[in-house]
Amino acid sequence: MKLNVNGKDHEVDVEDDMPLLWVLRDELGITGPKYGCGIGQCGACTVHIDGIAVRSCQLAAADVDGDVTTIEGLGTPQSMHAVQAAWVDHQVAQCGYCQSGQIMQAASFLDLNPDPSDDQIDAAMSGNLCRCGTYPRIRAAVKTAASKLQGA
Amino acid sequence: MGRVRTIARRSFLVGSAAVLGGVAFGTYLYKREVENPLLDQLAPGEVAFNPYVMIDADGITLITPRADVGQGVYSVQAHLIAEELDVDVSQVRLDPGPPAAAYYNHVVAAEGMPIAAVSDSFFAQAGRGAADVAGKLLGLQLTGGSSTVPDMYDRLREAGAMARETLVQAAMAQTGMARDQLETADGAVNLPDGSQLSYVDLAAAAAALEPVQDTPLRRPSEWRQLGHAHQRSDIVPKSTGTQDYGIDMQMDGLVHATTRTNPARGGGMRGYDAAEAEKMRGVQAILPIREGIAVVADNTWRAFQAADAVNCDWGDSPYIGETEGQIAALNASFAKDQQDSQFRDDGDVEAALGDGEVVETAYQIPYLAHAPLEPMSVVVKLGAGRLDIWTGTQIPRFMQVNAAKLAGLEAEQVYVHVLMSGGSFGRRLEDDYVLQAVEIAQQMPDVPIKMTWSREEDFTHDFPRPMQVARARGKVAQGEVTAFDLGISATSVTESSLGRLGQPAMGPDVAIVAGAWDQPFAIPDYRVTGYRAPAMVPVSSWRSVGASGNGFLHESFMDELCHAAGADPLQERLRLCSHDVSRKVLETVGEMSGWGGDLGPRRGRGVAFVLAFGVPVAQVVEVTDTDDGIRIDRVFVAADVGRVLDPVNFEAQVTGGVIWGLGHAMNCELTYEAGVPQQNNYHAFEGMRLYQTPEITVSGLENGEKIRGIGEPGVPPAAPALANAIFDATGQRIREMPFDKHVRFV
Repeated sequence: MKLNVNGKDHEVDVEDDMPLLWVLRDELGITGPKYGCGIGQCGACTVHIDGIAVRSCQLAAADVDGDVTTIEGLGTPQSMHAVQAAWVDHQVAQCGYCQSGQIMQAASFLDLNPDPSDDQIDAAMSGNLCRCGTYPRIRAAVKTAASKLQGA
Repeated sequence: MGRVRTIARRSFLVGSAAVLGGVAFGTYLYKREVENPLLDQLAPGEVAFNPYVMIDADGITLITPRADVGQGVYSVQAHLIAEELDVDVSQVRLDPGPPAAAYYNHVVAAEGMPIAAVSDSFFAQAGRGAADVAGKLLGLQLTGGSSTVPDMYDRLREAGAMARETLVQAAMAQTGMARDQLETADGAVNLPDGSQLSYVDLAAAAAALEPVQDTPLRRPSEWRQLGHAHQRSDIVPKSTGTQDYGIDMQMDGLVHATTRTNPARGGGMRGYDAAEAEKMRGVQAILPIREGIAVVADNTWRAFQAADAVNCDWGDSPYIGETEGQIAALNASFAKDQQDSQFRDDGDVEAALGDGEVVETAYQIPYLAHAPLEPMSVVVKLGAGRLDIWTGTQIPRFMQVNAAKLAGLEAEQVYVHVLMSGGSFGRRLEDDYVLQAVEIAQQMPDVPIKMTWSREEDFTHDFPRPMQVARARGKVAQGEVTAFDLGISATSVTESSLGRLGQPAMGPDVAIVAGAWDQPFAIPDYRVTGYRAPAMVPVSSWRSVGASGNGFLHESFMDELCHAAGADPLQERLRLCSHDVSRKVLETVGEMSGWGGDLGPRRGRGVAFVLAFGVPVAQVVEVTDTDDGIRIDRVFVAADVGRVLDPVNFEAQVTGGVIWGLGHAMNCELTYEAGVPQQNNYHAFEGMRLYQTPEITVSGLENGEKIRGIGEPGVPPAAPALANAIFDATGQRIREMPFDKHVRFV
């Protein structure tokens, strides 16, 4: 089947029900999306399908109906997305393993809701688990990114 | 003579060595002639050199041997070296270095000895020396016990200073200038005319010089890097998906594997039927390993699917299999012949509690999983006479030795490549998952194998924090707490962990009472007794180890006694506090939180104080009893580590510790049926979510005499401060974790 990931077309030969996460990680070698739980509880695998955040561990390869963007496609160390830059400014990451998913969740959320309230931020980001407890800095970084994106 | 003795006692000496095209600065570890040869990893007369700074044509590399499991110690270690070396950390390479005896941890084993961190007695001094020897005996190149900073604080700065001054000597020889004409900055020696000699260009000449020893270290007032906030070296990679963890390793010919072993630990496997699984797409092999099977496939998901399809006939767990039975075993262990320790026995508790009104209560704490978000994973490759291991680990040296033993190799033939860990919280003090991968490699040599556990395998094969039961009795008089008697029953973490590492655990296990026996309170009749319950499911260290649970036991009961006395819980702790640095921490948290002020209806606050890993930490938690349940509003924290090396990272570690402590207290436990943990993924072991996260305010004090680490001490006071706040708001006293058995949280 065909997949467009980060602007590049790929032809993959996988089972219809292989989760997108494992197509990305083990077939295409794109390792930014992480395996954390496999049941949609942690959000570490979050990617965008046509800009909308989805849990790639819960999306069967055959059901991918749009262009896939992973953290690698959102921005690069040389040219970061505003959300990534806010994550760096606030030094959010500790172990960092959940942060690809947190950032993809936040980027999609701010795209849909550029001027969120605190409660809306809490609701949007609470499906992403962080075992290190970086939540206060995630909140702050989302707010910084929101104001930066609005100013842009 | 004095100097020689010093060297012998410390067993290492800073020095330098020539390397290809450059120079390395670090420590020599000498074999000592006169002392017990068992204490050294080295053969007689052998000398080992372990660098912290390497400079060659490719540039400058700083070796940061303590593992980064998210706590930011790669950066902290790098800045300790860089402060003296005068390099910009963003312009140099960082490398965790190889497993090696001279990187052993001098400090961590001290936590295994009954020496209160506030004690300065001769016994304490002698005991810490013994811990140094024990650390050596164990070859502890270990990250844990919040020990990285106290262990590395002098060593790394000394290595940096020696490297700088030796490079300056090389510049003096080259230019004919005097020392005071030369300055150092950003990896170069600056000459008076504004020109520079880079360290890289000076490296070869420096290698030929006698290294400059005993350079005075810069005073904190002179620091340019330490004490200031820095951008962590890993923050950009971790914000862009470009940080490689063990689970992300890629190489040519890599195959993907997973393992499945008996979820009832220790039960083994009677047999298995892999007929269906072998036919599944992408499956290359289904192999027997100890206690279970391994599946090798061309994709991790296919390996997971096939592992689930193998029909395994599991044996019965040899351990007590039901939670009720485990609790009964703990309760049955409050017996004189199972008394493990009584390090605290002030006054005459028996006499004090012999008559009159006694406050009597009991507490219970469950097993808890570490569940770092990166499940256990490793890449191994076994070739002829060489085994390579890539993984995140806190114990590279043990791993090297244990893997060598399993593979029939010498330790030197095993190469442990330490990668960034996606969390640990103590889980990566074990090498069980690595040894499983080595078993696969033995049946599939010359192939790089990535072994990844499913989350379910990770939960069911954790070595959890042990369950604990406590019994407390106390007395109050004239508005004061006068007697405090706490008995704690638990299985021994130390015995369990060291047993797996093939090491004996001698004497009482301090972990059973850590964070309870060693608190700086002068209660007239004050006793803390540890009881060693029989070994049950294997257990291990969990962020803040013994103090993680004992803080809840001690500080819940302290709060109950304060209320029984009619005393203010903060003022009474201050009155009882016998340690100035700790008292200041309590006073500070009182000021920060506006203690005593009115919070309004249906609101409450609680305080807790725990001294753990030498760090006194006080926390005040504020809650609201809403119509839908308890909301945690704010947390105030004061902690004293002697000196804060990076305020941003300090705040991150304390905040993370608070959230760890609160989240597990709210809703986490492992319960057992037929030996199998019933919680096998995050839906049943959730911890704190962002919407539940309170506003957390942290104050770092610097009154303590010794510098300490902060990865763990933020955890222990959080749970009791929350329970005490819920009592203040609702009148409901919670004596059992998780709290959501008794209250709802919003």
